[in-house]
Amino acid sequence: MNGGSILEGSDIQVRRGGRLILDVPSLAIAAGEVLSVIGPNGAGKTTLLQALSALLRLNRGEIRFRGARIGVDITPLNYRRQLAMVFQEALLFDATVTANVAAGLRLRGTDAGEVKRIVAAKLEQFGIGSLNDRSAKTLSGGEAQRTSLARAFAIGPQILFLDEPFAALDPPTRESLIEDLSRILRASGATAIMATHDQGEALRLSDRIAVMHEGRIAQIGPPAEVMNHPVDEFVAAFVGVETILPGRVVKCERGTVTVAITDNTASPASYNSRGNPGVILSGTGREKTAGEAPGERSLDSLSSDGMAIPPLTTGGRIDGDGYCLGEEAAGIGGMHRPAAVYLEAAGEAKTGEEVFCCIRPEHVTLARDLPPGRTSARNSFPAVIARIIPAGPFYKLYLDGGLPLAAYITVQSLEELGLRTGMTVTASFKATSVHLIRRG
Amino acid sequence: MEIILAGIKQALSLLISFDPEVLAITWLSLKVSGTATLISLFIGIGIGTAVALSSFPGRQIVVSIINTGMALPPVVVGLFVTIFLWRNGPFGYLEILYTPAAIIIAQAIIATPIVMGITLAAMQQLPRKLRLQILALGATRFQMVWLLIKEARLSLMAAVMAGFGGVISEVGASIMVGGNIKGYTRVLTTATVMETSRGNFDLAIALGVILLLFAFAINLVLTRIQQRERPR
Repeated sequence: MNGGSILEGSDIQVRRGGRLILDVPSLAIAAGEVLSVIGPNGAGKTTLLQALSALLRLNRGEIRFRGARIGVDITPLNYRRQLAMVFQEALLFDATVTANVAAGLRLRGTDAGEVKRIVAAKLEQFGIGSLNDRSAKTLSGGEAQRTSLARAFAIGPQILFLDEPFAALDPPTRESLIEDLSRILRASGATAIMATHDQGEALRLSDRIAVMHEGRIAQIGPPAEVMNHPVDEFVAAFVGVETILPGRVVKCERGTVTVAITDNTASPASYNSRGNPGVILSGTGREKTAGEAPGERSLDSLSSDGMAIPPLTTGGRIDGDGYCLGEEAAGIGGMHRPAAVYLEAAGEAKTGEEVFCCIRPEHVTLARDLPPGRTSARNSFPAVIARIIPAGPFYKLYLDGGLPLAAYITVQSLEELGLRTGMTVTASFKATSVHLIRRG
Repeated sequence: MEIILAGIKQALSLLISFDPEVLAITWLSLKVSGTATLISLFIGIGIGTAVALSSFPGRQIVVSIINTGMALPPVVVGLFVTIFLWRNGPFGYLEILYTPAAIIIAQAIIATPIVMGITLAAMQQLPRKLRLQILALGATRFQMVWLLIKEARLSLMAAVMAGFGGVISEVGASIMVGGNIKGYTRVLTTATVMETSRGNFDLAIALGVILLLFAFAINLVLTRIQQRERPR
């Protein structure tokens, strides 16, 4: 156990109707840390929060608050008086805003003068000072959630539990509330554990992110680690790696792994639990053709817009003899489907190992009139733009370059390059942008 | 029509003249039904809340029994209270049959399931997570229950109105266990029945009108409180 932990859980198990719905062998949360718990609906996020806040009975395991065992060394009531919880619904009392913010303090029997002083400060801190006499039932969603947060902070919690607190708010309200909460959390130094299904919220607020799946913590770590180095296929799909391709390691040399994509028809959607649309395949890619010797490269001659497609530029020679020689190639949309595609990834792996190659859309760059090979990126190849979808300040482009690929580009880039559906571009990404996950 | 108009006239004159007998009957009705309603609130809100907040095997059966109790026939209640309080009955030694206390017991039995059922529904309508929110705010179990009752107060006001309305207008049980003894157990409903059976329609109508005014005034006060509490 971590000596600096404010909260530690070990061997936590919760069952409902005989079914194990939470199984966390070990979890330690440092004082002042902001931990986000992300995962799809039913993953166990809320159950974990309720278990850690002593709001539900554990079937097994124990939770320690500052080293004291809850239910043994400290009563659940005394423990709960050290924390606060904010739910997705504001859950305000049928009373004025002031009475709501004062509720936790009054339950603790705090002196009336002190209550008045703290409540006034919290109302101002959350920008709801003008609403003090309003009935809580007449507040808008954002005002109600601000009141709920003010009520939580009023008791000066050592740990703040946030159960999808922004999920029911419209985007502008959510944005301003996240901004304020982030500022107040940092200023107060409170430890916070937040369940959310929004990775943006998690990234903005958290020191660490825990990804939950089927009642278990699939991965926990700093945001960059979880986002860029998912430990398994589920985490990769959930954290938004758009392109996840199964492959087999065919070569490892000087920290570079060459992977033969074994199913280059696999669309992101087929692995993505969030149901993002898949890539429509219709183009060319790097392939091994009949008569080609190991280590040689091949190319399709022309793209759909007549642009000459130069050879793909994956690094190193491809050794081995397991290549399809075109007999597995399939025509899609009247175009040629390559039999095998190779990617280079940075890292270590064993030849013959089955892996998933994960590529984030923000790591893919696009260029026009740039022959593949004129870039330091180890993976560069022509690709046809299959779909262009607006995604907030960006465009998300689905590409077919012999493998399905998604890329984010800015509005300016899209306009300056004059990109449109059906156009062939050069898609590039570095070997370090390909994250490998061992299969099985 | 003339009979009705004459009855209304007589009701007004009885009220204006503060007829001692009518005042006594009205006061007894208020005392008996008010006490029965208070008892039913105490038991009904307590049990209704407990059932709403707990889960146990057979809970659905208990809820069904409570809901059935909301339509408990007063004469059946009157019958069983009479049997229990009868000289040779289990509680005969109390010697309270044909007393206001017996009417209070019978009316409380009638009103309790009504209050209990409405309380149960009101508590179940509160967001489930509100309980967790209150506990997470640092409340003890007792504080949690009290806050939940406060949250459901507008619905519970309806329970008061329904409970009181149910017993003030009830006649079967009151006449069976009270005996309609003049100056002792005669309440507005039993007096109305008696005057009707005697053919004194004007007096019966007068008592009926007083009963209506009485029920209306009580409900008006409660409704005003309820509406004032409602957020605008």
